Formats: sequence, C-alpha cells, structure tokens
Amino acid sequence: MAHNLIITGVGGQGTVLASQVVATAAVESGLLVAVGETFGASQRGGSVMSHVRVSRDRRYGPLIPRGRATIIVGFEPLETLRVLLNYGNPSTRVIMNLRPNYPPGVLSGADVYPEPQTLEEAVRSISAGVFAFNATEIAIRAGNPVAANMVMTGALAGSELLPITVPTYEKVIEELFTGPVRQLNLEAFRAGVRAVREGPPAEAARAPA
Amino acid sequence: MSILGVRLDEPGRSVLLTGNEAVARGALEAGIGYASSYPGSPSAEVLGVLAELAGERGFYAEWSVNEKVALEGAAAASFAGLRAICVMKADGLNVALDTLTALSESGTKAGLVVVVSDDPGGHSSVKEEDSRYLGKVAHLVILEPADPQEARDMTVAAFGLSEQLRAPVMLRCVTRVCHAGGNVVLGALPPGPAGRPHFGRQERYITFVAFHGLQEQRLAQARAIGENWPFNAYLGPPEPEILVITAGPGFLYAREAVEVLGLGDRVGILKLGMSWPLPEKFLLRHLKSASKVLFVEEVEPFHEENVGYLVACHLEEVHPLAIYGKKSRHVAGPQGPGLGEIDVDAVIRALAALAGVPHETRSSDYGREARQLVKKMPDRELGFCAGCPHRASFWALKTAIALDGREAVVLGDIGCYTLGLTRSGYFLMQTVHAMGSGVGIADGLGKLGRFGFDQPVIALVGDSTFYHAAVPALINARYNRSRFLLVVLDNETTAMTGHQPHPGMGVTALGEKVPALSVEEVAGALGVPVTVHDPYDVRGTVEVVYRLLRQDGVRVLVLRRTCALVSARERKPRVYVDPERCVGDACGCHRFCSRVFGCPASIWDAARGRAKVDEAVCNGCGVCATLCPQGAIVVEEVG
Repeated sequence: MAHNLIITGVGGQGTVLASQVVATAAVESGLLVAVGETFGASQRGGSVMSHVRVSRDRRYGPLIPRGRATIIVGFEPLETLRVLLNYGNPSTRVIMNLRPNYPPGVLSGADVYPEPQTLEEAVRSISAGVFAFNATEIAIRAGNPVAANMVMTGALAGSELLPITVPTYEKVIEELFTGPVRQLNLEAFRAGVRAVREGPPAEAARAPA
Repeated sequence: MSILGVRLDEPGRSVLLTGNEAVARGALEAGIGYASSYPGSPSAEVLGVLAELAGERGFYAEWSVNEKVALEGAAAASFAGLRAICVMKADGLNVALDTLTALSESGTKAGLVVVVSDDPGGHSSVKEEDSRYLGKVAHLVILEPADPQEARDMTVAAFGLSEQLRAPVMLRCVTRVCHAGGNVVLGALPPGPAGRPHFGRQERYITFVAFHGLQEQRLAQARAIGENWPFNAYLGPPEPEILVITAGPGFLYAREAVEVLGLGDRVGILKLGMSWPLPEKFLLRHLKSASKVLFVEEVEPFHEENVGYLVACHLEEVHPLAIYGKKSRHVAGPQGPGLGEIDVDAVIRALAALAGVPHETRSSDYGREARQLVKKMPDRELGFCAGCPHRASFWALKTAIALDGREAVVLGDIGCYTLGLTRSGYFLMQTVHAMGSGVGIADGLGKLGRFGFDQPVIALVGDSTFYHAAVPALINARYNRSRFLLVVLDNETTAMTGHQPHPGMGVTALGEKVPALSVEEVAGALGVPVTVHDPYDVRGTVEVVYRLLRQDGVRVLVLRRTCALVSARERKPRVYVDPERCVGDACGCHRFCSRVFGCPASIWDAARGRAKVDEAVCNGCGVCATLCPQGAIVVEEVG
C-alpha cells in the first residue's frame, strides 16, 4: 500500500522544492519513494504537479494512476480542484491554500475565476476532508510570500497523514538550505505545522477578500 | 534530490536522487575524465551537477556551444584514454548526429557514453522525438533505464560496454526518468580519472565506408552480450498468456497495472534494458510461450516494429501469436496511440481489454457535485514570468510593427521567447522550428525581394541560441546579401533550462572567469551593424525597432536585460498601485496593465474597481509603471 501524494500549484510557487523536502524526509525515515515531476515550464505560470509515492516495501513508478491520490496538497485553489477531479476519490484528503493565482486568460478578461470559497466547497464535496487556509498570508507574515511552499509543507507535516515526523522534515530543511533562506523556510514550515494543529490565525483563516 | 546525495562517499547507502543526478553519480563512479553538454530539458541537470563536482573529483566539465561540439570534445577525451560523457536532449542529438554516426564507424577507445533525453508529451520541448530511431541509424547500442536506480546502474555499465565494443553507447532517458526521484543505492567512488591522457602516434579513428562491416560486427557482439545481460529481464509465470514487452518507465507502469488488475498469473513482463540491438534468442524464448504480446513503450512503436520483424522472421516458431500495442490502438494516452506520454492507466486499459477483465478505479460520476458548483475551470496557459524582459521586448516589437505598417513577418526560435507565439507575446511569432532556424528562414525570406516580396522580416533569437546555431545563418545572410532584422533577446543567461552560462557571460561551467564574447563582437566581426538597447525602456525600444525596420541589409538589434528570475534574487523593488491615482475603468485604458500588457503580477481588485499588483508574483521590474497612462503605479526601492 502506497501513500500517493500530489503537490500541485502554479509554476514559480515552489512545488518542486516542497516535494523534494517531503521525499527526502521519507527516505530519511527509511521509506521507499518515487517522485514524478515536470519542471520544464515550471517558472512560466503553467499548472504544475509533483507526484510523491511513499511505500514501506515497494518501488512504484513516478506517476500516480487516475483516481488513486490519497493526499492532495494544493498551493492554489483552482489547481487543487483540477487535480482532485483527475486524481482524487471520495477518500482523498486535501490541504489547500486559498490564495488564488490568476491565469492569463482570466487577467485578459476571456475567463472568469471561480470564487475561492466555491472552490473550497467543491473540493469538500468530493473528498474525505479539507484543511483550507491562506498559506500565502502566513508566508507574508513570516517575511516572504515565496515561503508559502514551506507553510504548506508544514501543514502536511502537522496533519500527520504521512508516516514522517515533524523533526525529520525540519532536519531536511536545515540540510537543504543555508543562510537567511534556511531561517525563513524553518519559520514558515513551523507556522504551517501550527496552523494545522491549532487552527490558522484569524487573518489567514479565509480566502483573501 | 540534491547534489548532497550525488557527492556522498558512502557505498551501500540509499539516497534520494533524480534520474539526472543518478546519471551524474554513475559517471562519477565510472571515473570520468571529461563531461560536456549543451543545456536541454529534461537532462540539463546532469551536467549542472557534474560541473559543480568537477573540481573536487578532478575531472573536466563544460557547457559547450552546441551538441556537436560537445560530442567532438568528449570523443577526443575517449581517443586520449579518458572516459567521457556527453549529454543532450533529443533535439540536440539531431545537431550531433553527423558526428555520432561517424564515431560509431571510426570507433572509440575509453568509454564514451552519450546520454540522450527524450521528452514524451513535450513537457519542455517543441517535439517529442523518439531518439531510438536515430540511435539505430548510428548503429549504436541503446540502453533504457526505468528509474533513477537503473539510471545510475546503467550509466556505470555503459562505460564498460563502450570499452568492450570500442564504440559509443547511448543511454536513452525519458522525462519520467530524468525528472523522477527515487531511492538510489550508491556504489564506490574512485579516487579520480585513471592515467594520463595520450594519443598514440599509431592510433587511428577514421570514418570510412569500408568500416560499415565493423559496425555490424560490434552490434552482433552487443546482441550476444544482451542475451544474458541482467538489465534484460523477465518477470512473471513461465507460460504467460499475455507477454508485455516494455522498456524504461513503461516497465513500472506495466508492473503496477498487472498488480492493480490482479493478473499476475496470466501476464508476464519482458523488460528490455537494451533496446538496441535486440536480444533475439531471449525474446524468441518468451514469445514462443505466449499467445498475445503487448508493447508498452514511449513514444513511437520502436520495439513493436523491430520485434514485429523478428516475429515475422520466425513465424513458424512463435505461431500463433497476436501483436498488440500502438498499431492495434490498445496502448494509447489521452491523445491517442503513439502520441504523448503513456502511464499506468494506459496500460491498465490495454491489459483489461486483452485479458477481458473489467476495471473501474472510482465510480464514473465521481466529481459530479464539484462540477455542479464550479461549472467552468479556466485553463492555465503558459506565459512569460512577471518582470520578464521578453514581455517588454514583444510589446515594443508589436508597437513598432504596427507603426511601420508593412506587415512585418516575425520568425521565432527555441527558448523562453518561444512563448512569443502565445497571448503572452501578443501572438506575434509566426514560425518555430529548431535552434537557429528563425535566422535561416529570415535569411531565405530576405532574398525574395527580386520577386516583389516587400514585407520587413524580423528574426528573434535568444542569446544562448545565437551562439548555438545562429552564426552560420548570419554569415550566409551577409555573404548572399539578404535583408532582415535579427533581434537577439539577450537575457544574459540560458534561462529556459535553468540559467546555465554561455560564451557571452564571461564564466564557464567550472565557474572560471573568462573573457566574455558578446553578440555585438561576433556580429560586428561579420560586418553586420549592431545596435544594443534595454527593452525595459519600452518607448526607446519602439523607436529603435521602427528605425531599424526601415534600414536595408542585415542588421542586428541586441535587446539586453538580465532574466527577471536572476535579477529578482539580488534586488526586488516593491511595486504597487496608488489607488488614488488609478481611476479604474473610467481611465479608458481597458485595464492596460492586467488585460493588455498582461503581466501576471498585474491583477484587478474587483471590490475596489482598481488595478492591483500581486506581491506574491511581482518580480519588481517596474515596466508597468512606465506604461500606465495615469502614472498610477509606484516603484519603491526596498532595503
């Protein structure tokens, strides 16, 4: 039995680094891991997705079959729903950032972006549970909106959906990063853990107005 | 998935590596002396990692100007007795092919491994070429790893094989190997490259048609090795009803599909680690035992055709046997058979159909409630990053072309700026082919004046692409008196593939400072007039482009501004909209910043009816502030 995690978002949001932290922490925990990601267009505003498959005894391929994701961590509300519809099932657990990132078609006026609250409701209606909050707001308060990826990683760690301890993640973050980035990422990660355990701070509990 | 794991000198330890890192690790373990590449996704990170470790491990690594030059350098190292690795994407193999077909005829000495990365589905490529066909044309042994562990193992094995055969060996890695991550058990690291390089006075590496026979002999030798090679393996019951023949990640997809469908007692999987030449006896042994064979591979039906021919030659032995795969349309991704990537689902569908078993992962109406709540989900098309100098360049070009009014033709090329064919580049670009092709096509169009062709011609090329492949076309244009404007979109890096250095940057792969060779020096030396301008000065750029469009002959305009992702690391001013000065829809600008100019950081605050800058996306270029008709956007230096 594998844990099939998908981390999704928009190019530039740092999904690849988040999957690197999770996957490295899994290997450090003695687990077998397969990661599948595509980062050719990762900085250029497209939908991005990292598949992370964690198993005690089996080497899997890097791609999760349709309908077989067990956990989805969505850095962006629209992408969360998109991936859930493709890869989810009624037992899938979801952690989602409510801060939208608008596609070029929406900015040009050709498309309309759904209300983040509606997206959250839609995700809730077809999954086994959602933890939704404004991770970007927490990252801004930690010092940089870019660190939302570590807030989301913290939320995943704090949710204990994977057999990996919080200190293991922290050790990986300390090894992978240096200088001020390490400090920022650790703070953002811990804020994410707290958000799940104690509930998000009031200013990050809902989608931005 | 980091260089820490590649560097680790702890044989037997299991670490997380990507396929690219695993290839680099394999090369380290094989004791390479020379590594070369031109950056191309999905394999750009192989040399990126090797270059970082070259100093401490005592080998040489370089970003070459193109793949042909990269391969020739690696071949030289092999002739002189140093193991060498050369890395390229499938498109790069086309560039290097002339040399590669010659090398396999001339033969090599120390192990020479050519890593070719294919990109099924074109995640970061304009084509999804299956390089195995070209490997076959070049009479090469082709190895196909399935995952990062095999990428490491096969890289090590490939050096030995290359030395045994005295010919280059090709390692074909697809995106789902290169960019996959997985546990890799490390082997031992040698102290460094063995021996002093020497090219003996009596040694010869000559390409001559008389040596074609030698190529065939080497392939026969490789075929014999392949019959008992551990990477060619069979998994399943002794007498399977269905035999799956697969390679690369297809093996993992097939194994999972068999598991999901519970078909372990009816289906066997034959995995080809060596895709060419085929281990014929090994294949025939298993083909005889099955009544159906299913081919699972990316992208084209390479095994299907070659094994199909083998089957045809041995019909009596294998009869009855039905062949399924792409031609039968059983193995198909969402776009159809032989198009795009395959995955576990594609193999599940094929096997369920062949075995006559039902399969449903989740109920067919899953998602109904969500779809009722969210009727339409906007697509997310690719575009230039916030602050990208190319957006400013394309806006200036679009404006100047409109002012010129003679229907200028805009020819594209390969790089980030290929997105100039999308909304992000105002749909300006009219052709896209291969590295440097835009310049060659401009050269051709620019000579059609004799037939009355009077439209101005603009070729767009990136800085790295300029050095890679634009120079011969520019020489041809000057020599044959063509007429066009070559615009070099110089963002001072190879941005598309992850910011690798190039000859214009004054730094090598090893981090050594060298004299930079600028585009204007090269073009100037060819006798072509050059103008340099900063695209962030949009109005000035419009004037320069307009003026140059009206000139004759070949001329070059360098639009130089560092990639926003690089400059944002150093300095990122805060950009915001002053809600007092922005007058919203009353302006008459049609929401210029968000709707027209189209920077993804310029969004619309619907509640207040004003423009807004998304601080989570903005890279601080400030170009929007120079274009806003109300002057409502403020750029504030931070720190």
